[in-house]
Amino acid sequence: MKLPIFLDYSATTPVDPRVAKLMCDCLTQEGNFGNPASRSHVYGWQAEEAVENARRQVADLINADPREIVWTSGATESDNLAIKGVAHFYHKKGKHIITSKIEHKAVLDTCRQLEREGFEVTYLDPTSDGIISADQVAKAIREDTILVSLMHVNNEIGVVTDITAIGEVTRAKKVLFHVDAAQSTGKLAIDLAVSKVDLMSFCAHKTYGPKGIGALYVSRKPRVRLEAQIHGGGHERGMRSGTLATHQIVGMGAAFAIAQEEMDADNARIKHLSQRLWDGVKDMEEVYMNGHPTQRVAGNANISFNYVEGESLLMSLRELAVSSGSACTSASLEPSYVLRALGMNDELAHSSIRFSIGRFTTESDIDQAIELSRNAVIKLRELSPLWDMYKDGVDLDSVQWAAH
Amino acid sequence: MAYSEQVLDHYENPRNVGKMDEADAHVGTGMVGAPACGDVMRLQIKVNNEGVIEDAKFKTYGCGSAIASSSLVTEWMKGMTLDQAGEIRNSNISEELALPPVKIHCSVLAEDAIQAAIHNYKSKQ
Repeated sequence: MKLPIFLDYSATTPVDPRVAKLMCDCLTQEGNFGNPASRSHVYGWQAEEAVENARRQVADLINADPREIVWTSGATESDNLAIKGVAHFYHKKGKHIITSKIEHKAVLDTCRQLEREGFEVTYLDPTSDGIISADQVAKAIREDTILVSLMHVNNEIGVVTDITAIGEVTRAKKVLFHVDAAQSTGKLAIDLAVSKVDLMSFCAHKTYGPKGIGALYVSRKPRVRLEAQIHGGGHERGMRSGTLATHQIVGMGAAFAIAQEEMDADNARIKHLSQRLWDGVKDMEEVYMNGHPTQRVAGNANISFNYVEGESLLMSLRELAVSSGSACTSASLEPSYVLRALGMNDELAHSSIRFSIGRFTTESDIDQAIELSRNAVIKLRELSPLWDMYKDGVDLDSVQWAAH
Repeated sequence: MAYSEQVLDHYENPRNVGKMDEADAHVGTGMVGAPACGDVMRLQIKVNNEGVIEDAKFKTYGCGSAIASSSLVTEWMKGMTLDQAGEIRNSNISEELALPPVKIHCSVLAEDAIQAAIHNYKSKQ
């Protein structure tokens, strides 16, 4: 079976072979297999050294102190630890949290849980191109606000949040600021000596590292306190217990070091490829790029092919591994909540495909994606009664549909 | 998700795609579904003076199973009387296409489209 072309780098990335090699060296008897918490012998010391080296590599990418990095199992756990950890520690100061409607479920579902525990959450509306502004945040902050949680780069539409501007607002108002940066490492420069962020979530697997490992940046100056969510041996200064997974951690460190080294070259190439993709389809009628045209990362192209339903489009694009904004397969029949939050109508939301481009994408991959997409859209529009109606000049909003 | 061979066949080679003149007294048109729900089917039948469906056409905006369901019923309906066509049930469609539970609504929609087309034709007589 011929494997489809992978254009889903926003979902995950393959581990860089250079990273995989280093990880393999931390598994077997001949390798660095010790428990980093073992203080009484060289196996433990070596493992600890590898873990601390990786901690420095992660800290270096974001210009932080290694002591500000806490290992977790991934960005979902980091988000949980940051948001619940702050809420549970600072609840006497206030019970109000601010986030947005286009956050990842790891943030939204955590906020829902806190609502059940008696916290109040404000969900900010993005602009139609997916921007949450510092001004909006400033207006939403109240006396009892303890935390603002926003993502750096949106996973569906690739739009970038101005965390430096928002950090100025939150710091001035003495409100903690958490940023989910799962989608931004290796794509955007992050400098936490400049951006006033108190907590930042990371994972390795969107940046050519392994799945199952992540980190939370917890600021030391000013000092941020957290209530631990996982208790045990008091690892990670009590914030997150559990034996450290040396091979995973080494993988994350190496992946982040490569990201730092190669980010500019990677970005230039990926930007060229995304532009090539968009140039290859944009002349078709009723095709739209979703999200802000310039305030976005290079690798994400979320495109709506109007009057074509996303799942059937995916079916025609079986030679491509991409995602759809339509969640018909999940039986919910709901189009993406992110696209809906931008105020997009349902047909357009159902018609969207997220192409995400990465380190191993080639020009020939993109050219094939263009050809397959064009052919599929032409074929499905031939089949689409909505396309007929559009061509006949019927306003679809004026039609009385029987919702089912 | 995995699609059955029958769904793939109708999806790759949809039968009877097209549009007939809605104003023609011999033509019945049924349009069901809504863009917001991710599927819209337009099914049209042409009925002769003996009450037999001579031709059927469809266009569908929706997932592969919705396209296959409507393509299948156009094949079935040709040569049927209106009464016979009116007896096609969603279970016949879902069984023929081996639809998984999450896709049963596609066959329900196709049954609705048949009923709507017959109703539209009868209302014109």
